[in-house]
Amino acid sequence: MATLRQIKRRIRSIQSTAKITKAMEMIAASKMKRAQERGLAGRPYDQRIRQVLADVAAAHSPDADLHPLLERREVRNIAVIHITADRGLCGGLNTNMNRKSSTFILDQKAPVVLITVGRKGRDFMVRYGQKVRAEFTGLGDRPGILDIGPVARVVIDDYTNKEVDLVYLAYPQFVTTVTQRPVLQQLLPVEPAEFPKGQNVEYLFEPDPHYVMTQLLPRFVEMEIYHAILETVASEQSARMVAMRNASDNANELITDLTLAYNKARQELITKELLDMTGAAAALR
Amino acid sequence: MPKTRLEIVTAEKLIYSEDVDMVVAPGVEGYLGILPRHTPLMTMLNPGELRIKKDGEEIDMAITGGFLEVRPDKVVVLADAAERAEEIDIARAEAAKRRAEERLAGKAPEADLALAEASLARALVRLKVAERRRRRERPLHPK
Repeated sequence: MATLRQIKRRIRSIQSTAKITKAMEMIAASKMKRAQERGLAGRPYDQRIRQVLADVAAAHSPDADLHPLLERREVRNIAVIHITADRGLCGGLNTNMNRKSSTFILDQKAPVVLITVGRKGRDFMVRYGQKVRAEFTGLGDRPGILDIGPVARVVIDDYTNKEVDLVYLAYPQFVTTVTQRPVLQQLLPVEPAEFPKGQNVEYLFEPDPHYVMTQLLPRFVEMEIYHAILETVASEQSARMVAMRNASDNANELITDLTLAYNKARQELITKELLDMTGAAAALR
Repeated sequence: MPKTRLEIVTAEKLIYSEDVDMVVAPGVEGYLGILPRHTPLMTMLNPGELRIKKDGEEIDMAITGGFLEVRPDKVVVLADAAERAEEIDIARAEAAKRRAEERLAGKAPEADLALAEASLARALVRLKVAERRRRRERPLHPK
């Protein structure tokens, strides 16, 4: 049986933990709303630009070399853009993402290089001796499209210089506040869309195919990465809010139990003292 | 009359998604009118006015560049920014125009000049679209 003093100390310690988790929960909750809105608002553009490129890619035979970023090659090297949060204390979010990417890497026959966004993913990959081609951290809670430029640049350059032949984008997709799903999808080369027969016609390009593609493809890569990062931020804040809420709940439950134990111990002590006193009084008589 | 599905999206949101009769868009090689069953086309857009015709109604939008994909049954506009004529903040556009003009007048490095020119073009488009709408509306609201 713990002494009164020990229980008291324990209660105080848990109370201060609960204060911290509660504060973190509220901070995450306030950031979460914005982050979710931004993440969801980007989806239509993301879907449409993907669709447009898939259409164009399908309409042209793969050997017509429209743009280097549409080129399909034998896969010798693979790149994975691994996106995680910078910070922890957000449940299993980062762990799940790391597991998803590492399982994928182990399954590949070709060597995989990583481009990591977010400190947690980088630390994990470095610790397990994976090749990290480039790392980006500290994008913050509200990344702008300009922050993405360097990330996209690395991807585009490596693909154009044939250092990698397949690029995947891995990020924790936001589903609901309590669910985030780690996903891994192909970014380059662009997968052509499936057309019903007879509809597969060549496109007219204005001013010319090469020019349009030079403008559109880098933008596509940028938008895809940007959107993935927005989803990651939304997932991170949601996961953190839920994790911190659970932590606060658990802390409060512990406090209730401990308070009960404390009161019991105190009562016992008083009873014992009383017994001692009455015992002593009886003995004196 | 067949219709074509028009979707206008910006990085921030889906702005418009409806079946329309005709779209007039500011392509880089000049304005182009697109009717349903148009041949597949892919083009870039200049800052300019995008007009939509739907059931005899006409909707004006200011867009500040982007991409346009046309398929026989749908038209997708990937706009950098798009606003309906009635949503344009004229005061803000005026201010942006003045700022851009000042920067163009002053001696700025080359990169800044390009930026200033682009924002001037955007401001002018917004003003033009807003102005057209005002003119057209006047008879409907006599003072």
